[in-house]
Amino acid sequence: MNLLVFAVLASAAVLAALGVILSKSAIRSALSLVLNFMLLAILYFTLHSETLGVLQVVVYTGAIMVLFLFVIMLLSTQGNINLTESRDVKKIVGGLAGISLAALIGVQIYLPLASVPAPQFHAPQPIGPSYGAPEPLGLALFTRYGYPFETVSLLLMIGIVGSIMLAKRRVR
Amino acid sequence: MTGVPLIGYLALSILMFCIGAVGVVIRRNPIVIFMCIELMLNAANLAFLSFARYQPWKPAVGQIPTVNAYDVRGQVMVVFVMAVAAAEVAVGLGILMAIFRLRDRVDVDDLNTLSG
Repeated sequence: MNLLVFAVLASAAVLAALGVILSKSAIRSALSLVLNFMLLAILYFTLHSETLGVLQVVVYTGAIMVLFLFVIMLLSTQGNINLTESRDVKKIVGGLAGISLAALIGVQIYLPLASVPAPQFHAPQPIGPSYGAPEPLGLALFTRYGYPFETVSLLLMIGIVGSIMLAKRRVR
Repeated sequence: MTGVPLIGYLALSILMFCIGAVGVVIRRNPIVIFMCIELMLNAANLAFLSFARYQPWKPAVGQIPTVNAYDVRGQVMVVFVMAVAAAEVAVGLGILMAIFRLRDRVDVDDLNTLSG
């Protein structure tokens, strides 16, 4: 039963991901991506990562996708944002390359995983009671992973300053 | 979920990553290409979280069973990936707006000034 629920969620996520790359209009791609991110948030909840499921909804579907839709809206007032995709050989070659990439990564992951006789790969083991709670995550971020956390905050600040510099109109 | 093996989550992650990679190759709209990059980053996030969930958890004997920094390192990586993705989107869309100001058509196949 759980496997059935997972299969439904996973196939819906794959279909939404296919909708991102196959739909003609950019706004439909963005909405398919929103659906995919919401399904991923549900999958994070099934993995007992509740904090990150909430963060996924707030950060990705709330902030990043709104930024995407905002830029699509802003650009489509000035011109046609939906490009006519040419039916050239690139699509066939790209699809074949994607299938072979999936087969390659799948074999590289499945064979070592199947050779390990570990029971935790077939059914998840019991975890701590506060596994998905914000408290251990925040504790780890501010103690053991303090330096990477500060580096990421520096990166975000540089990104903010850089995007303001890029988007600002040049004063001549 | 109790009955789902790890390989199910990993298969979904691989499929999403490859769909994103194909989208980066075949699409010409740079906004859709950014979306495909987000798709690939989220596939990596799903792999991180599933490995973090399926790792063995052994609380110290005789102590209160708690979750320490060692157990949540997969979730910590996902937080970092989300932050990097947010910075990437902000800078990328800023570059896109700057390009769109110079020319009225954004097509990655037309942007070949640097190719000489």
